[in-house]
Amino acid sequence: MSAVLAELTRPSVTDMAAFDVERIRADFPILQLKIEGKPLVYLDNAASSQMPHAVIDRLVRYQSTQHANIHRAVHTLSEIATAEYEEARRKLQRFINAPDEREVIFTSGTTEAINLVMHGYGRKFIKAGDEIVLTTLEHHSNIVPWQMLAEETGAKIRVVPINDAGELLMDDYENLFNERTKLVGVTHVSNALGSINPVKQMIAFAHARGVPVLVDGAQAVPHLQVNVQDLDCDFYAFSGHKLCGPTGIGVLYGKAELLEKMQPFKGGGDMILSVTFEKTTYNTIPHKFEAGTPPIAAAIGLGAAVDYLSAIGMATIAQHEHELLSYATAQMTKMPGIRIIGTASNKAAVLSFTADGVHPHDLGTLLNQEGIAVRTGHHCAQPVMARFKVPATSRASFAFYNSMAEVDALIAGIRSVQKVFA
Amino acid sequence: MADYKALYQEVILDHNRKPRNYGKLEQASHHAEGHNPLCGDHISVALHLAGESIDAIAFQGESCAICKASASMMTAAVKGKTRADAQTLIREFLAMATGKLDLDSPNHIGRLAVFAGVRDLPTRVKCAILPWHTLHAAFNSVASASTEAEADPMHAPIGNA
Repeated sequence: MSAVLAELTRPSVTDMAAFDVERIRADFPILQLKIEGKPLVYLDNAASSQMPHAVIDRLVRYQSTQHANIHRAVHTLSEIATAEYEEARRKLQRFINAPDEREVIFTSGTTEAINLVMHGYGRKFIKAGDEIVLTTLEHHSNIVPWQMLAEETGAKIRVVPINDAGELLMDDYENLFNERTKLVGVTHVSNALGSINPVKQMIAFAHARGVPVLVDGAQAVPHLQVNVQDLDCDFYAFSGHKLCGPTGIGVLYGKAELLEKMQPFKGGGDMILSVTFEKTTYNTIPHKFEAGTPPIAAAIGLGAAVDYLSAIGMATIAQHEHELLSYATAQMTKMPGIRIIGTASNKAAVLSFTADGVHPHDLGTLLNQEGIAVRTGHHCAQPVMARFKVPATSRASFAFYNSMAEVDALIAGIRSVQKVFA
Repeated sequence: MADYKALYQEVILDHNRKPRNYGKLEQASHHAEGHNPLCGDHISVALHLAGESIDAIAFQGESCAICKASASMMTAAVKGKTRADAQTLIREFLAMATGKLDLDSPNHIGRLAVFAGVRDLPTRVKCAILPWHTLHAAFNSVASASTEAEADPMHAPIGNA
């Protein structure tokens, strides 16, 4: 398609008058990079997003002027670091509208958050013969911990299937419930396909049967306004590095009443009130689950990241990403030999696809030659790949700092790869 | 900077489009399966040894162009050769793919030099070497090769066989 035609089919600039993507892009130093001599087109945001100056500068300020260990010493730096760390917790609390800051536990990321629930809740309350309901759309990080638990306890895993669009089959979900169902684990947004799952509806159904629900929100928090009270989820897990924050930090939100009765995940300093060799008394939540020195800087950096995102507004972010996805989907649908995997009616800005006669890894290598970064492979979601009978896909995942011109670069890049393999 | 153009040159694209010795081999004396769990690539290599000579070899599977072309050119290169010659070529190919072979010194690489570029693409080295590990596993009559797990043929030292 000609550039002029592409221009005509793009959403007009006035549609997004309030949102100036070039001004946003200027906040992200890495977007100025050239890769293979071409401007970086970063479309691997579902794997990890980039950091704005606001976060990078916050990390530098913390490390340069505020760093000490927290919750321990009486000296000034320790008090400052403790205050900043706890302030970051409150920022995250507000970001997901958690009722109480004690319900926000810092973890190393989504994977650790889910493992925390598996060890703290699962190992205490799930027994032989009990059932855990998961979905085909889960990332391996919300499958493997439960398989480990099932192996250890003799519990069973039941899986909600999906349709050809990549949407959960809700009748099957409801039919999986029985008196042995003890927990539901569901991803809010599929990392491989972008499907947004009806988690609020699923949670209401589970709660009516007394079953708690863990939501993997890793792919949802960067794109949607998440409100854990509105969802009424029991646990909500997400990562900082997909949210313009640093790696090594994530959050587990859990309802206080559940967290209180859970057993600790890791033992060590800071998670105790008193220790003798006869008896140890655990600290209160959230500290009961934060053994050892936490990633203080990363937590504070994540606090800065959610401040940054909130200043733009998650609704504005979602709107721009929706425009990017709609435009990219419309372009790609017209391309011969391209099959979009995942066509849910409600989707976040993830575009998974295959190209006839071109293996995703070859596509990824050749797109990189054009400076375009996409993810290729099974996306740690092999059950999804198996469902669509593909070994791997290529995945372009958009963030609010991506532009329509970058979508055009992607489409042109795919076309040139198709020519190589024609 | 990685020279992708050199990697995706016509000879590789041609072997990807029209792989040689592709399919099943009836009456194989040796065979092995190879897979790369990171990307889902999977190939099987089957061969027939008449004495010490490889008189038939075939492969099949699902893989990227680099892997498929590597398998295709490998089968063409070792067909009619002795097991010892094939083992020498396996060692040289692995050395080349990992940047440890001086292509100017005497070697048997020949046309396989088109794969030299993968040494600059660490994530793609495994694509190129999977068929060769699988051939090595076939000689040792090991049922499967993998690019990942410990203590599997993909990690086995490939020395003088």
